[in-house]
Amino acid sequence: MARNPDADSAPAPKAVKTSTIEFDADKAKTFKVVGSRPPRPDGMDKVTGRARFGADMVMPGQLVGLILRSPHPHAVIVSIDTTAAEALSGVKSVITRDDFAENADHHDVLCNIMAREKALYEGHAIAAVAATSKAVARKALKLIKVDYQILPHVTDVDLAMAPDAPLLHADMITSGVTPAPTKPSNIAGRSEFGHGDVEAGFALADVIIERDFKTAATHQGYIEPHACVANVGADGMSELWCCTQGHFHVRQVCASLLGIDVSRLRVTASEIGGGFGGKTTVFIEPVALALSRKAGRPVKIAMSRDEVFKASGPTASSSMNVKIGVTKDGHITAGEGEFRYQGGAFAGAPADFGAMSAFACYALDNVKTVAYDVVTNRPKGAAYRAPGAPMSVYAVESVIAELAGEIGMDPIELRLKNAAREGTKSSYGPKFGSCGLVETLEAARDHPHYSAPLGPNQGRGVASGFWFNFGGETCSTLNINADGTVAIAVGTPDIGGSRAAMCIMAAEELGIPYERVRTIVADTSSLGYNDTTEGSRVTFSSGMAVIKASRKAVTEMCNRAAMIWDIPAEAVTWEDGHAKPSGANAGEFEPMSLAEIAATASKTGGPIAGHHEYNADGAGVSFGTHIVDTEVDPETGRVDILRYTVVQDAGKAIHPDYVEGQFQGGAVQGIGWALNEEYIYGEDGRLQNAGFLDYRMPVASDLPMIDTVIVEVPNPGHPYGVRGVGETGIVPPLAAIANGVSAAAGVRLTELPMSPPRVLKAIDDAKVAAQ
Amino acid sequence: MRYESPQTIEAASALLASEAGLARILAGGTDLLVQLRSGMVEPDLVVDVKNIPTMTSIVEENGGYRIGAAVSSAVMNEHADLCAMWPGVMEGADLIGSTQVQGRATMVGNLCNCGPAADSVPGMVAANAIATIVGPNGRREVPVIDIPVAPGKSTLAKGEIVESVFLPAQVKRGGDAYLRFIPRTEMDIAVVGVGVNIELDDSGVCTHARVGLGAVAIKVLLVEDAAKALIGSKLDDAALDKMAAATSAACKPINDKRGTIEFRTKVAGVLAVRAVKIALERANKRASNGGEK
Ligand SMILES: Cc1cc2nc3c(=O)[nH]c(=O)nc-3n(C[C@H](O)[C@H](O)[C@H](O)COP(=O)(O)OP(=O)(O)OC[C@H]3O[C@@H](n4cnc5c(N)ncnc54)[C@H](O)[C@@H]3O)c2cc1C
Repeated sequence: MARNPDADSAPAPKAVKTSTIEFDADKAKTFKVVGSRPPRPDGMDKVTGRARFGADMVMPGQLVGLILRSPHPHAVIVSIDTTAAEALSGVKSVITRDDFAENADHHDVLCNIMAREKALYEGHAIAAVAATSKAVARKALKLIKVDYQILPHVTDVDLAMAPDAPLLHADMITSGVTPAPTKPSNIAGRSEFGHGDVEAGFALADVIIERDFKTAATHQGYIEPHACVANVGADGMSELWCCTQGHFHVRQVCASLLGIDVSRLRVTASEIGGGFGGKTTVFIEPVALALSRKAGRPVKIAMSRDEVFKASGPTASSSMNVKIGVTKDGHITAGEGEFRYQGGAFAGAPADFGAMSAFACYALDNVKTVAYDVVTNRPKGAAYRAPGAPMSVYAVESVIAELAGEIGMDPIELRLKNAAREGTKSSYGPKFGSCGLVETLEAARDHPHYSAPLGPNQGRGVASGFWFNFGGETCSTLNINADGTVAIAVGTPDIGGSRAAMCIMAAEELGIPYERVRTIVADTSSLGYNDTTEGSRVTFSSGMAVIKASRKAVTEMCNRAAMIWDIPAEAVTWEDGHAKPSGANAGEFEPMSLAEIAATASKTGGPIAGHHEYNADGAGVSFGTHIVDTEVDPETGRVDILRYTVVQDAGKAIHPDYVEGQFQGGAVQGIGWALNEEYIYGEDGRLQNAGFLDYRMPVASDLPMIDTVIVEVPNPGHPYGVRGVGETGIVPPLAAIANGVSAAAGVRLTELPMSPPRVLKAIDDAKVAAQ
Repeated sequence: MRYESPQTIEAASALLASEAGLARILAGGTDLLVQLRSGMVEPDLVVDVKNIPTMTSIVEENGGYRIGAAVSSAVMNEHADLCAMWPGVMEGADLIGSTQVQGRATMVGNLCNCGPAADSVPGMVAANAIATIVGPNGRREVPVIDIPVAPGKSTLAKGEIVESVFLPAQVKRGGDAYLRFIPRTEMDIAVVGVGVNIELDDSGVCTHARVGLGAVAIKVLLVEDAAKALIGSKLDDAALDKMAAATSAACKPINDKRGTIEFRTKVAGVLAVRAVKIALERANKRASNGGEK
């Protein structure tokens, strides 16, 4: 599932379509290329440094753009005086809020990329300059005079919900509440999901556990800071080179903010050094375009790491309560949760996704979840891998582990007893189709890791997790070249090896070797609209478009062979990369290879291509189960991750290396989130750790090899059975690690990150309590 | 900004002394360049000391070692005899940064940057390392503990440069160790750092001890009460508990993003005990090797 991160309110539901069965079980038995592990086409460029990322583009006459940012977490911008900066030699343009018109479609994005009445967080953009050098641009920033009227601020979600909290938006009326509140608050929206009667359910339970949990905001931590080069011509024709997960979306938003037709803006996605959801929106791109338009020269903006932390989009922090009841023999009778997420200065914290996915792993008669989307004086959050799910699942799976302990049942057994399966009415409404939770639980239970002995101060944790996955608007083209090679153009930036997957699927359909297929990510002027690379949708959606484009090209190649042989087109079939007469009645002809048909294409009607555009439906959900062994130093609270196993349903692994890579990456980001990563705010509302020294992501030596098991329960909505795998992997780790650490420490931990001071305090407090 | 790379320490000192604006010494630059890039300092003069021979060599002296102030940690840690004699000091330096940083970073840069969490300093303090300082008024010798005052602030006068650090000969039954606490395994800054150096007589009674403590106060501390708790004991549990308590008592930490007061205070004692145990093992091994290695 994906949400337009720039939508001002909850996502507009897409037109509901009934999914068709696309899966071809016979074909799946004879895969030749699918499931192999060839080198990725972009690999050589990346290891040799030839790949061009956001900041690698240079245009003639290019200027350096820098952004002046608010030092205050909350302040009225009384005035901005740019006179002195504009007068400085070498400064070519200066822009402020006055250079952008109001925009009803993208109001929040507009306010976020350049503050309007108020600065809403430390790091909020106030003005920008373009100059001939960085030194001049820096000097110019110092010459801009901003008169701020400082306001009280709030960065904590629970404090922000209090009635007397400093108010960010005077017009924010909580949505989803009837009757609508009469007074504004920091609560952007409330939503509720579930079915049955939880009170009646709890009455049937033998054991009920209710707990409060908190998680800190974390950043995606992509290695490449946001960077772009904008070039607006004198005639208004514009180009933008940028590092993004969705260049079509960037085009849409930027064109709107600048007030130009989309046809006047061509956006090219650079290679991308990680995104994880954080590059699904715009920050610097409209600013660079506006600076370029004013200066009449290309402008490059590249964020520093400090800016990435303070002014791009981390994920939400959360405060939650979860209550679950279970019978002695392990039947979950009811589950209830409240999930309060702050997503920074504007609406859009993924609390609703959190509430929807919290109990998704369970078949429950009675379930109720409530979500609050809350604004605070922090940077506006962006998507981060399975947005909203890791936190709520952390809370639920922690209670599940505790319940298993209380009733003396193996935690995997308890999950198996209550697992969601095909036909289960999900905790968020729809019925599940074919899905693989039970299979991942069984594989985890039977894995040698699960029965390996543990040493002193060590603990094992298990958790399951879920993600919806998403299809969306997709458009791809496949061209058969005259020499028999194949060129594919997709509109979804490759952030996880998807070009390799596209090549594999085309090679499979066409019956030619992988090496003869190349895939590029085309710019916005070369293809129809493509939704962003998000929601684990690319191998599913672009992959299906490539398969269907391949099939159209095959049909055309059969036509061409029929023309050459002078037989009806229906009498030709495609097999192993060759057109063949379909049977004895069709005539006796030597099969023609793809290369032979391509070589004569100019004489049979010209170039051969296939194209497919659609709004992809039927993205199958993906479940996973993780096992982790942790060791806690009881004297310092330090946690070591000793062993880690990810078991996840991939539907079908097109390129197993990249599926495993997604599993491992999700686990590693989850380890960081669970143990040491956090946005730390001071009393002054300023971020204390805007750098990798004190924003503690795991380093390689902190991690064991992450073991993976790919479970394949085919998704009926894809010809090869593919399910998205990019996001589910980050859902279970927070809970799995919390369960492992709690077991090792001998005390239940309910707040993330489980940094050494917090773990040590919990151990020491438990000792005192025991005495 | 002017960059100079003199050949003698006297010339370097003269350059620094005569600069009217802001001057900075450049050793490995792993602190200075970071500060330059972030705009924290904007010096008018930078004097590179890596071309001064007396500052780039390691020489044996009175059974101990004189280490030039511009010797990188990587070079130092390849000196087998030095590593055998002062493994704790060497480990402290070796913990700094990564392989890349090691090729540049110096112990004296670590010392003169005056960060309370500087990893090589508690070990040097425990070993009672002596710095030789050259300045406009000549040469002076100062114990390492007396150089840092507060973050970014030292007792060095304008124009003064640390030329070398002298580590005395380790005794026959002597050993040192340095341990730091970080939440991760590397590329992190010490939340607590403890360097210890102990000497024992033939019967295993501790005759001398020094405990250096990092990251728990405005500067690196020498904890005399911790040493007193050890001296005269056989480093039994009672003595170690007393030493841990004294170490914790010496802490004057702050609550910050890296740790709480409570946490740092407790972990300082925990690490001190662990470091003494390592130092003891080393001392006994050294004694069994006849006072070598
Ligand atoms: C990625 C990274 C990781 C790091 N990790 C660690 C770590 O784990 N632990 C740690 O303690 N530090 C760490 N540091 C900080 C730094 O590397 C160390 O403090 C290092 O020892 C500094 O030595 P240098 O030679 O590079 O100092 P420089 O940067 O050259 O100098 C540092 C300061 O000392 C002054 N100075 C240098 N030499 C002299 C001299 N001879 N006389 C007088 N003043 C002098 C300089 O003027 C400057 O103010 C890290 C730095 C980086 C970039």
